[in-house]
Amino acid sequence: MDILYKILIDPFLQMGQAPDLLVQTLWEGLVSGVLYSLIALGFVLIFKASGVFNFAQGIMVVFAALTLVGLYELGVPAFVALGLTIVVMFGLAVAVERLMLRPLVNQPDIILFMATFGLTYFLIGFGELVFGGNPKKMIASELYLPSGAYDIKMFGGFVSLQKIDIAAAVIVSLMVISLAVFFQKTRIGRALRAVADSHKAALSVGISLEQIWVVVWFAAGIVALVTGIMWGARSEVSFSLQIIALKALPVLILGGFTSIPGAIIGGLIIGIGEKVGEFYWGPLLGSGIESWLAYVIALIFLLFRPQGLFGEKIIERI
Amino acid sequence: MFYREAGQFKTTYQADQAVFPILQDRVGLALILIGAFVLIPLVASDFFLSVVMIPLLILALASIGLNILTGYTGLLSLGTGGFMGVGAFACYKLTTLFPGVNIVIWILVSGFFSTALGILFGLPSLRIKGFYLTVATLAAQFFLDWSFIRIQWLTNYNTSGAIEVPTRTLFSFPVTGPNATPQFRYLVILAVVTLLTWFASNLVHGRIGRMWMAVRDMDLAAELIGIPLYRTKLLAFAISSYYCGVAGALMVFFWYGSAEPGVFNIDQSFTILFMVIIGGLGSLTGSFFGAALIYGLPIMMKAVLHGLGINILPATVEHLTFMTVGALIVLVLIVEPLGLARLWQITKQKLRVWPFPY
Repeated sequence: MDILYKILIDPFLQMGQAPDLLVQTLWEGLVSGVLYSLIALGFVLIFKASGVFNFAQGIMVVFAALTLVGLYELGVPAFVALGLTIVVMFGLAVAVERLMLRPLVNQPDIILFMATFGLTYFLIGFGELVFGGNPKKMIASELYLPSGAYDIKMFGGFVSLQKIDIAAAVIVSLMVISLAVFFQKTRIGRALRAVADSHKAALSVGISLEQIWVVVWFAAGIVALVTGIMWGARSEVSFSLQIIALKALPVLILGGFTSIPGAIIGGLIIGIGEKVGEFYWGPLLGSGIESWLAYVIALIFLLFRPQGLFGEKIIERI
Repeated sequence: MFYREAGQFKTTYQADQAVFPILQDRVGLALILIGAFVLIPLVASDFFLSVVMIPLLILALASIGLNILTGYTGLLSLGTGGFMGVGAFACYKLTTLFPGVNIVIWILVSGFFSTALGILFGLPSLRIKGFYLTVATLAAQFFLDWSFIRIQWLTNYNTSGAIEVPTRTLFSFPVTGPNATPQFRYLVILAVVTLLTWFASNLVHGRIGRMWMAVRDMDLAAELIGIPLYRTKLLAFAISSYYCGVAGALMVFFWYGSAEPGVFNIDQSFTILFMVIIGGLGSLTGSFFGAALIYGLPIMMKAVLHGLGINILPATVEHLTFMTVGALIVLVLIVEPLGLARLWQITKQKLRVWPFPY
């Protein structure tokens, strides 16, 4: 009975007793959720257009952030470095399309998935070779990102909101809106959606698959760069981020593999669920449950709604 | 010239269906086994045994385990490290609770604990497949990794959180712990690996293996011809986890000598997966090739660079290894999706007609 009380009643009592702590936890969950959403967004972009499940998105985030910081350390002004990083990500997109996707065209999905493992390892080695394995500080203030925090009085306590987190939320919303406009209104965006619907039909109306893949990987690279800047500004730029990026997988299962709003909402759910779970239920299990809670949430979700919240019903049931 | 089957007539179906139908293959296998069991322990240095042979055999065993699941049954798993850890910790608990029982028995028994967890985490495979299943196995990996760190009962409440392997003997020779010589450790591992490889070979060449491959190639068709999908997949999970568990137990008891809980993290899973991909999906020989290549590559690179007199930081070598492995995986998938094992087959085929190919 005691354990049931601790699981079912006690956490909610705690939430009621200290609402400011609850709001703080929710906010932190929201913020880490935004970052999961960003990584998941990169996955969804590529998955929609080429059917490739891009495992390397996490390392692309690290790679983009490292390039930015590394260039700045060489003495390049911050915004020039930003521009150069975008050029580097474009180069990466072209290289991936040329050297990896084109020779592997028409292979089973799982082969392409494993090829992105190879890409991941290559980028880890390359990044560490060029920039060194030590964590680096993101050049947040040089890019005019705010720092510091607002303290808001609430429920007799106070909640502290980091300015950088607010900036992250704003930037992410802007990016999602611009991506949506890009997908809906532009010529290339329409071509992207056509490719997502059917490769063959897109080819037959004269859309160049190669070009689309470059565009998509480039877009994912830009998303990775933004993610890298935001994540780096919150903590630091290091290769451990690559493991955190795996959290995007449960996010995708929750949101559906093909849906951009799904990626956003899935990310927020996972982020909040994780922080709340860790804060209120974690002590029961000896803390640190953050590392696997997301996967277990996704696993339970899979059993009831395998296509995700917003996904298309393409999953094959066996 | 010497490698051809001319004149070897089969008079029974049994002989025709043998795993090694060509006499030269059987002789070759026998020579390899004699070399491995007799020659290497006599000739090889301690360094060669403990740095090259022991890790290679253990990693090959883990690769065979993953290959059964990913290569033969087509279920991609990223939980290998976790299942290896289960085997290692189970073996540690068993041998500290019952020190009187022979360590080799406990090594083989500890695999069954992995099996149980493998079946548990394989249950979602009844409803999902592909990437979705991969995420389910990731859940297993992260949950198990967390358990090894948090559940202190597993390490007998050792304050450092690591496990120290106690000394155990076999025929009154120490085979584990700090006093064990590499020769004895090597022989025990070799015996276990040979036994389990032989068992796996019989499995994949028999009815069960064909069921696995049918599920891999097309699950719908497999179900139509009367293969029970659920049981087949769970069996693959069970046997694959058993192999991984035994490999994990061997790894800690006969190779590392002690284990921090972080040993069985996701990187371990990736390493084994790469061995399977590069070695060849769906090939037991390939598992050995893959283990040799991925494990041997950094050692080789270090040796070659050292031999050329290029002084290079160990960290740089590691980065170069990462890059090479990554590029190799993409290359193997592009050029030969079936890996080194397929190249080996092609070589043998060429040898049979050499030097007159027409």
